[in-house]
Amino acid sequence: METISIDVVIIGAGGAGLRAAIALAETAPQLRIALISKVYPMRSHTCAAEGGAAGVIKPDDSFDMHFDDTVGGGDWLSDQDCVEYFIHEAPKELLQLEHWGCPWNREADGSVAVRPFGGMKKKRTWFAADKSGFHILHTLFQTSLQFPSITRFDEYYALDLLVDDGRCQGVTAMEMRSGQLRQFHAKAVIIAGGGAGRMFPFSTNGAIKTGDGMAMAYRAGAPLKDMEFVQYHPTGLPNTGSLLTEACRGEGGILVNKNGRRYLQDYGMGPETPVGQPQLKTMELGPRDRVSQAYWHELQKGNTVTTQWGECVMLDMRHLGEKKINERLPLVRELAEAYLGVDIVKEAVPIRPVVHYMMGGISTNTAAATPLPGLFAAGECACVSLNGANRLGSNSLVELLVFGRRAALSAIEHIESLPAANTAALNARAEDTQSRIRELFSRSDSTESMSGLRKEMMDTMEKNVGIYRTEEGLQEGVNKIHELRERYRRVILTDKTTVFNTDLFQVLELGSMLDCAEAVTVGALARKESRGAHQRLDYVERDDKNYLRHTMVRYQGMDSPCVDYLDVVITKSPPGVRDYSGDHK
Amino acid sequence: MSNSLPRSQPPLAAPNGGAVASLGRPGGNNERLVQLEVLRYNPDTDTEAHFQHYEVMCQEEWVVLDALNKIKADIDPTLNYRWSCHMAVCGSCGMMINGEPKLSCHAFLRSYEGVIRVEPLTHFPVERDLVTAPDDFMEKLKRVKPYLIPKETKAVSEGEYKQTPAQLMKFRQYSMCINCMLCYAACPEYGLTPSFIGPAALTLAHRYNIDSRDGGRKERQEVVATHEGVWECTFVGACSEVCPAHVDPASALQQMKITSSIDWIVEHLIPGGKS
Amino acid sequence: MSRKPLVREVPPTTWYFRHPRYLRYMSREVTSIFVGAYCVLLVVGLQSLSSGEAAWEDFLMALRSPASIAFQFLALIATVYHAATWFNATQKAMPLQIGEDFVAGNIISGAHYVAWAVLSVGVLIIAGVF
Repeated sequence: METISIDVVIIGAGGAGLRAAIALAETAPQLRIALISKVYPMRSHTCAAEGGAAGVIKPDDSFDMHFDDTVGGGDWLSDQDCVEYFIHEAPKELLQLEHWGCPWNREADGSVAVRPFGGMKKKRTWFAADKSGFHILHTLFQTSLQFPSITRFDEYYALDLLVDDGRCQGVTAMEMRSGQLRQFHAKAVIIAGGGAGRMFPFSTNGAIKTGDGMAMAYRAGAPLKDMEFVQYHPTGLPNTGSLLTEACRGEGGILVNKNGRRYLQDYGMGPETPVGQPQLKTMELGPRDRVSQAYWHELQKGNTVTTQWGECVMLDMRHLGEKKINERLPLVRELAEAYLGVDIVKEAVPIRPVVHYMMGGISTNTAAATPLPGLFAAGECACVSLNGANRLGSNSLVELLVFGRRAALSAIEHIESLPAANTAALNARAEDTQSRIRELFSRSDSTESMSGLRKEMMDTMEKNVGIYRTEEGLQEGVNKIHELRERYRRVILTDKTTVFNTDLFQVLELGSMLDCAEAVTVGALARKESRGAHQRLDYVERDDKNYLRHTMVRYQGMDSPCVDYLDVVITKSPPGVRDYSGDHK
Repeated sequence: MSNSLPRSQPPLAAPNGGAVASLGRPGGNNERLVQLEVLRYNPDTDTEAHFQHYEVMCQEEWVVLDALNKIKADIDPTLNYRWSCHMAVCGSCGMMINGEPKLSCHAFLRSYEGVIRVEPLTHFPVERDLVTAPDDFMEKLKRVKPYLIPKETKAVSEGEYKQTPAQLMKFRQYSMCINCMLCYAACPEYGLTPSFIGPAALTLAHRYNIDSRDGGRKERQEVVATHEGVWECTFVGACSEVCPAHVDPASALQQMKITSSIDWIVEHLIPGGKS
Repeated sequence: MSRKPLVREVPPTTWYFRHPRYLRYMSREVTSIFVGAYCVLLVVGLQSLSSGEAAWEDFLMALRSPASIAFQFLALIATVYHAATWFNATQKAMPLQIGEDFVAGNIISGAHYVAWAVLSVGVLIIAGVF
C-alpha cells in the first residue's frame, strides 16, 4: 500500500474543508496539505445551501442580539463561549469571502445587502440571490486553486483514521477510480465530511451526505455529541424533498393550511402579521423546529392539503410579485416549476417538512478540537455546540467558515511539538483496513442486500425518529438499528470490480449511516425531555434540571454504545422562554 | 454515488410512529414502464463499450436519474454513475441523453418517448459506465486563474469592496457556472482540438475580468488570448444551448474576443500604445 | 486490474452529422464560401472595368448567363443567411447594460437589421434605383 506522508490531512472538500485548507496555506505555507474528498470539491453539498449566511454588519444590529437569537433559537443547548466566539468571527469571515470575490447581493450604495431570516431579530443574513451556498463553495474552491501547498485528492473515499499512541496520525483512503488503497500519514487530521441526512428517506440532503466523517471519528474513539437533534426544514418540495429556502418566508412568503389560515399563529408564533410585511422573529420567521412542529399538529388536526405527493401545507409567495421573485428567489422559482410544475408567481406551492441538518456531530470544543488529540472537525459533521437543540437558518454557512478556519489554526498549533510517528504501528492499522475491504470482497453465501438494508434503515428512522418521538417508537428504533448493524456484517457486495465501484462505496456509506443512526436513536431514547428539534410526546416539557447537558455517545463496536453527558457552557444567558410572538407580548 | 432510492418517496409517515398519513396517491395511477439503453464499460473485463437494455417502472414525474437510481437499487447494483444534489446545482450527473448533454437530474421522463439512450459525457475518457474522467477540465480551470486578483489591496478589517448592484449584475450570470462540463461535451471544437481551454473555464476567466474588484485580466490574457484560448472558439454556440445554469458561455467568449482584439489594436496599431 | 480509460475518438470529417446544431453551424460556415466567391467576382469586375469598355461589356454579358444568374441567386441567399446569423449573434458579443438590467437581445439584433435596411436603401439610392 502506498504511503503519502504529509503535514495535515483534511477529509472533505466542501465549505469547511476548503476554508480550512486555505487558512492552513495562508498561515503556514510551509505545511503540505492533503485535501481528500469522495467528490470533486464543487460537488460538495455546501452548493445546495440557498438562503444565506448570518453576520452582524449593519448599524442597527449588535453582537448581543445575534448571541441571544442563536442561544434562544438553540433552546439553550448551545455552548455560550462558542456562540460568543462565533458571532464575533462571523462578519470577518463573510468580509473575507467578499474579498475573495463572492458575489453577495448589494445595496444601492455598494455595501453588502442583508435579508431577514427565521429566528433572527435583525436583518443580518448576507446572500447571493438564493444560491448563497453555491457561491460560497465556488468562491472557496476557486480561491484554493492559487495555493501550491494544497494537494487535492479528488474522489478518494476515506475509510479509517490511523490512531496510535493516543493521537490521530492519518487516514486510509481508497482512490475511487483505481480501487487502490493509500495511507496518509499526517501530523493532524481535520474532518469536514458533512452531515448524515441520507439515513432518512425524505431529505434535502444530496446523495453524498452519508455521515462518513462522523462515523469514522466515532469508530476511532471520538464521541458523537447531541446526535438526536435532527433538523426538519419546514419547506421542502413534497416529491423530491428539494429545499425551498427560508428566504421564501424572509422575503414575505406565508404558510397557509387547507382553510387558508396562517396556522403558525395557533402555535405560539402569532399574532398574525400583515401579508407581505414580514416581521422578524415571529409567524413565518419563527425558528425551524417550531414551524416544522406546527405542520405536524396541523396534520393531526386534518388541516393539511391532500396532494398527489402526500399531505402538505401551502407556501404562498404570489404577493411578492414576479420582479422580486426573479431577483431574490430565482432558484426557488425554477425548482418548483421544474419538479412540481408550479409557478410560484401564479400559484401557492405545496410543501412539507423535510430532514435537513444534523445539529449533532463529532464533539468539538471552541477550538474545533475533538477529544482525540490530533483530530479536528468542522462544519456539519462536527458538533461544536453552536446550534444547540435547533440551528437558526443562515448560521451554518458561517459556522463552516469560522470553524473551518479555526480547525486549521488549531491543527497548526498541535503540530508544533509532536513526537515522531511510529510508522510500523500506523502501517499495521492500515493493514487492518485493507483486510476489512478484502473480507468484504470475498464475502459470499449471504442474501443481505445493500439496498434492502438501506431501505429498512430509512423506514426505521422516518417511522421512529421523526419530528415527534415516543419511548415506544424510539425503543423500536434502537432495536431495529442494532439488528440492522448485525445484519450489515453479512451484506453482500454484488460488484467486485476495482474501478469506480459505486456498489462498494454505497455499502461503505451504509455502514457509516448505520453507525450515525445508532447514535441518533440511542441519544434520542435517553433524552427524556422536549427541547428544540427533539420533541417527545411522552415528555413534553424542557427539563433543564436533568437535560441541560450534551448527550455524548461513544462507540463500543457491536455492543450498544455508551451514553454519558457533558455540561452546557452557560456564560451570560440562563435558560429562558423562547418567545416568538413578535412585538406583541 | 451513494444511496440511490429515488426521492419521490411515499409520503411522510406520522412521525410519532403511528399510522401513515392519508395519501393522495398511493402510487400506480401515473406510473410508466421506462426503457433505457445504457452504455456500459468495465475496464476489468471489457475492451469496448456496449449498450445494456433496462426496463423499469417509474413515476411519470421522475427524471432520468430517478430511473437510474431505481435500476441500481432494484435491478443492477453494478451500474455506475455520479450524482448527488438532485436539484441541478452540484453538477455531478452530466451524461448524454438521446445524444444531448444533460444533467440527468434535470432530464424529465415526460420529455422522452420510446427507448431512452444514456451514454457518458462525450469528449471525456470513460472510466467506467457513465463515469468519465474530468482531469483535463480541472487542469484547464486552474490555468485561467479563476479567482479574484484584487485591483487594489484592502485589509478585511477595512470592510468590503464597494460594488453597486449594476456592477454585480454585469458579471453575475457568468458566476453561475456549476462546472458540470456539459458545454465541453457539446463543443465540437473541444472534441476536435483537445488543447482548447473550452467554454466553462474561459467563461470563469471572463467572470473575474469584468468584476469591478478585479485587476487580473492582463495575467489571464496570457492563457485566454491565445490559439488555445478564445481564438480556438468558432462560435458554434452549442455551449450556451446546453448550459443548465443559463450561463451563456458563447457570449462570454465573443466578448473576450472583442477585448482581445482591442488589446491587439492598441498594442500594434496605435503609436506608443501598450495594452 | 486497474484503470483503463476508454477514449472515444471524434470522427474528424463527419462529426457535424452527430447533431442538427452542428449541421446548422456548418451551413453557416459554408455560406462564407459564397460570400468569398462573390468578392472575387467583384474584383474581376473591377479589373475588367479598368481594362477598357470591351472587357467590361464582356463581363456584363457573362453576368447575364444562366449559370451566373444561378450563382448570384445562391450567393444572395447564402449572404443573407450569413448576415442573419451574425446579426443574431451580436446580442451575445455586444450585450448592453443600462443600470442593473440588460437590454433585451432581440433589440440589439433588431437594431442591426434596421441599420442594414437603412444602409441598403442608401446604397440603392446612390445606385439610382429610386
